[in-house]
Amino acid sequence: MTPFLRRQRALADFTLAALARRKGKNIALIAVYSVVVFVLASAMFFAASLRFETTTVLEGAPEITVQKITLGRQDLIDGSVADEIAAIRGVTEAHPRLWGYYYDRINGANYTVMVPDDPEMMPDPGQIAIGEGIPRARGLEWAGAPVFLSRYEGDLKKFDVAKTFSRDSALMTSDLMLMNEADFRDFFDIPKGRYTDVVARVRNPNEVATIVQKGSNALPQMRFVTRADIARTYQKLFDWREGLLTALAFAGILAFVIFAAEKASGLSAEEAREIGILKAVGWNTRDVIAMKMWEGGLISLAAFLIGTVAGFAHVFFFGAPLFAPILKGWAVIYPDFPLSPHVDGLQLLTLALLTTLPYIAATVVPIWRTASADPDAVMR
Amino acid sequence: MIFQTPIMALLLVAGLAALTALWAGGFAVTVLRRWDLTDMGARQLRMERMTELVSTLFAAVMLAELAALLLFVFNADRMSSLFVGAMCAVGTLNVNDYGFPALYLKIGVFFAAVIWLILDRADRLGRDYPLTRVKYAALLAITPLILADGAVELSYFLDMQTDVITSCCSKLFTPNNPNLANQMAGVGEAQALWLLGLTALIALAAGIAALIRKRGYGLYALASALMFGMGLTAIVATISLYIYENPNHHCPFCILKPEYGYVGYALYVPLFLATAAGLGAGVLSPFQKRASLAGPLPGLMRRLLIWSMAGFATFGIVCLIVIWRSHLILFG
Repeated sequence: MTPFLRRQRALADFTLAALARRKGKNIALIAVYSVVVFVLASAMFFAASLRFETTTVLEGAPEITVQKITLGRQDLIDGSVADEIAAIRGVTEAHPRLWGYYYDRINGANYTVMVPDDPEMMPDPGQIAIGEGIPRARGLEWAGAPVFLSRYEGDLKKFDVAKTFSRDSALMTSDLMLMNEADFRDFFDIPKGRYTDVVARVRNPNEVATIVQKGSNALPQMRFVTRADIARTYQKLFDWREGLLTALAFAGILAFVIFAAEKASGLSAEEAREIGILKAVGWNTRDVIAMKMWEGGLISLAAFLIGTVAGFAHVFFFGAPLFAPILKGWAVIYPDFPLSPHVDGLQLLTLALLTTLPYIAATVVPIWRTASADPDAVMR
Repeated sequence: MIFQTPIMALLLVAGLAALTALWAGGFAVTVLRRWDLTDMGARQLRMERMTELVSTLFAAVMLAELAALLLFVFNADRMSSLFVGAMCAVGTLNVNDYGFPALYLKIGVFFAAVIWLILDRADRLGRDYPLTRVKYAALLAITPLILADGAVELSYFLDMQTDVITSCCSKLFTPNNPNLANQMAGVGEAQALWLLGLTALIALAAGIAALIRKRGYGLYALASALMFGMGLTAIVATISLYIYENPNHHCPFCILKPEYGYVGYALYVPLFLATAAGLGAGVLSPFQKRASLAGPLPGLMRRLLIWSMAGFATFGIVCLIVIWRSHLILFG
């Protein structure tokens, strides 16, 4: 072992013993510090996990969505547009979709009503397939209970539930209601040949921009939305919410920094005597600073580990009850889905910088002041 | 864009570094004007004690800057999904005019920081702190660099527009685009490898000569700087092609991505550290004759030199492994 490493090991040994001598004070410090790390870690892990879920969900979405815009609003689109889009080179498939929202006056929730693309998913006439959130929001407890939908006062239409989606796909299907095309047109009064929008799939993702360009030239009255646009919007939304929480947590960090500076500068009589003795037996200022830095480092490390592990457990084992509403957003009917852990080096490095740097900044001057004082002055 | 957690962490580092640099710069002026070890007065004593604080603070800031350099590149890569047309860090850095200057300044601060820390270490080896004035003159020179780094970084993050279409690495690193990046990409694949091998031989010869003759560290420092330039050129021109197994993809940032097993870090970290240690050994060489350093300094320089050569060797071995394991056949 090199002399440098030997010196550091000796300092670490000494510091650990010194820390153990002042158990109460240090445990209090680590506890407060851990709470700060915990808040930040929870916010970051949760936002990262949500971002990951959205990215995964969007991977299956079509590359391009075409909407008709009339008077600045989205309008019903003609089915023939799908053929024009499909004719553009590079588009593998284009088809019109029927979907919309149904406002449920019983509980104030909005359901997403769709006619599925996949013929296998298509319910029979008079039947629907629903997400797990709908029976939950409506309080329908037994399986097979029919769903009654009312469009206006006095109107009531009965649908039999053919299938309920499992919780695994909750992020996508929680508020979803799949309907037969004929039922859909009848229920929402949509004329034949008209659709909500058209979606297109593209074989090579690098060609999306070119295809959008061609499509916009051929169909100037249409709006083209790409999957990347949607992903970007979600990403920004979650980033922004995470950032806002971090900024709020930073107020907590500042309070903690003041607390830490206060603790570091207010040396107890016992500590002052200890430093006095160390200097009297030949330690120089640099050794004392190194020892105190070791102390700060060990405290930071302990708090970082405790806070990060607690944050991880809070988010991934308990579903982040403390922050979920702020980061997820609100809705009457909200998907109930398990979060999958998604932690990487970037997050840990950011977290370490955000929490340990202010602590070092706050304690270094008080440490230097005590370390550089004369032994007799400190001991007196 | 400022409400991104990694950006806030980066700005925190930049802010603290700027504050420390300003304060330390002010103290450096006092040291340069008044430092006199023969003076037994209270002011000199205070100044001597203050140097401990400055050294500790500056060392902490410099370590944070090293972490910030990694975070900066890592985050640029992560944020690329937010910009139209960006596929890796290049796109994010190209979002506005401040991105690449911010990266270059960060790299500059990295080298300046390591060299300063080496000077500080050497200064502490001598009983009479023989390098104090040199060290504080260097600190005064680094201060503007740190301030510029902070300012450019802040402008970069404040000016990020997500609706601007940026260019991807495939556009920047192509031989038919007139700028430095493309000149690097334009160097022939074989030529880049030959030049890297030749530079490595020169560095090896200079290093061994310095170890035996105990002088010529300045020459080794020059060779290290050359090695750094050639290393980067070789990564852009040849090594990256082997990693991507694609004869047209020259990007030096995509190799940091998880898809390629983060192999970029195994290349860049040894290259940067080796260059810094080599430069440090060169910077120290004029001070060998100072009386109080004559004993301990050669040992430190020797260690730096060995570390530097080990770093370059690691870089070279990683390059060879990459080429050996690749399925791409560029020659033959």
